[in-house]
Amino acid sequence: MRYPAVAIGAAGLVAWPWAAPPYFVFLASLVVVNAIVAIGLNLLSGYTNQLSFGHAGFLAVGAYTAAIVATRWPGVPVVVALLTAALGAALVGLLLGVPCLRLEGLYLAMATLAFGFVVVEAIVNLEWLTRGNDGLRVPTARLGPWALATDTARYYLAVLVGAAMVWAALNLVRTRTGRALLAIRESEIAAQASGVHLAKYKTLAFVISALYTGVAGGLFAFVVGFLSPDAFDVFLSVDFVAMIIVGGLGSVPGSVAGAAVLTVLNDSLAGFQNYRPLLFGALLIASMLFMPGGIASAVRRLKGG
Amino acid sequence: MLSVDDLSITFGGLTALRGFTVDVAEREILALIGPNGAGKSTVFNIVTGLYRPSSGRVTFRGRDLLALPPHAIARCGIARTFQNTEVFRRLTVLDNVLIGRHTHLSAGALRGALGLPTVAREEAAARDAARALLARLGLEDAAGLEAGSLPLGLQKRLELARALAAEPRLLLLDEPAGGLNPTETQALMEVIVRLRDAHGLTIVLVEHDMELVMGISDRIAVLNDGRKIADGKPREIAAAPVVIEAYLGGEDD
Repeated sequence: MRYPAVAIGAAGLVAWPWAAPPYFVFLASLVVVNAIVAIGLNLLSGYTNQLSFGHAGFLAVGAYTAAIVATRWPGVPVVVALLTAALGAALVGLLLGVPCLRLEGLYLAMATLAFGFVVVEAIVNLEWLTRGNDGLRVPTARLGPWALATDTARYYLAVLVGAAMVWAALNLVRTRTGRALLAIRESEIAAQASGVHLAKYKTLAFVISALYTGVAGGLFAFVVGFLSPDAFDVFLSVDFVAMIIVGGLGSVPGSVAGAAVLTVLNDSLAGFQNYRPLLFGALLIASMLFMPGGIASAVRRLKGG
Repeated sequence: MLSVDDLSITFGGLTALRGFTVDVAEREILALIGPNGAGKSTVFNIVTGLYRPSSGRVTFRGRDLLALPPHAIARCGIARTFQNTEVFRRLTVLDNVLIGRHTHLSAGALRGALGLPTVAREEAAARDAARALLARLGLEDAAGLEAGSLPLGLQKRLELARALAAEPRLLLLDEPAGGLNPTETQALMEVIVRLRDAHGLTIVLVEHDMELVMGISDRIAVLNDGRKIADGKPREIAAAPVVIEAYLGGEDD
């Protein structure tokens, strides 16, 4: 039952660029980018119950790191640029996660919100590195002899990386580390009594979450081809939170579903700029009222009968 | 094995323990009894590192527990259950028990994420062990259910299973019979004695159910108002005038 579904999904992903017009290939790449962010955010918020309204900040760190690496060292393999983006964001996640250990709930949300603002301000002001408000052109991603110069090539890159990230996340949440994160969410005192090191795992959740978002940021840079600080504002962070709420807190497939729904919705509402927040808010409220566990638990209920 | 020496603790001016001392020998079943608010659970919370006493010492097999954080105390071989059950409500019964095995598994985040064969083997073995444990406690049919959906009696049993999954040397049970009917309590007594006999566990329990306390304890320590007022074999305790007085005085609880 499981393998055929995975095979059909994989075939669909491979065939997509032949079936869809170029713009939808680009849009699908954005879905993948957002799905990776949503998984990362879900590991932090949905699994470990640490709210973050600053993930656009991690995305920006990853995106600018990848773009700067690719600019400074022309011809650098895209894998290296993405790895650097991942490690850069993970390091920032560690630096943010340790002081945030003392914060919970609303206070943590405020601290991460502030982090998002700090990153945008840093990008604006570090002009020698980021070209500030002028924006930064991202060189074409290269993989050995190939230049990934088309939407289709970049789409396949995103899908490959995304598939690896989904696979790793599914492994992670099913093993010891994932269970430790869930235990912290459910009861900190019982988790500790079972030998779970709270500070270690809460920090680890921050680092892994930032690492995921950093990878997504690197992909975002190559997919979009141009970075400017206004792309990473607080509304993007809120979008990410909306993705995991609509998709389902504490679910990897739910993260992907939520990212897909909100990315496509955001895109189709682009023509109605003034009504976008209204429709968006209405959808979020409706989703929380009628589908409290998100898409993931709605599917689980349908399957369970 | 466990040595609690001259513990005192105050909460915002309220003294919960005053110079409480007790020693627990290997393979002993010790009951802490006393009226509500006497400080019984506070002893557990200090031993497991949740509270810091204002004075006193706690050592376990020669190690100073007051210097250790809660998760490190768990690693020393101390497991517990909670007065108001603390199961991981939205996780499955099986996952609850697997978290109990946390300290016995080795896979870190990276090895886990990469799904290495060694991790898969470790997981499979842990699942088998967890299922066997659930079967021993009569929870095998509940393995896939959400822990929060179980009736209280089963949640208590699950908490016991989770604590046992850690393969502790010392087990602290906080009101294990709370909310159980007489038949369930009888079954629980047998389980506790069997655990001691088969695994050489040392058990400290806080309990109000006198039948259980008198039936299985090797020794009983009586707390009243943060002080130990008696300590001895069940027969001695049942006859001690100070105990009778404390219980008559505290009957309103």
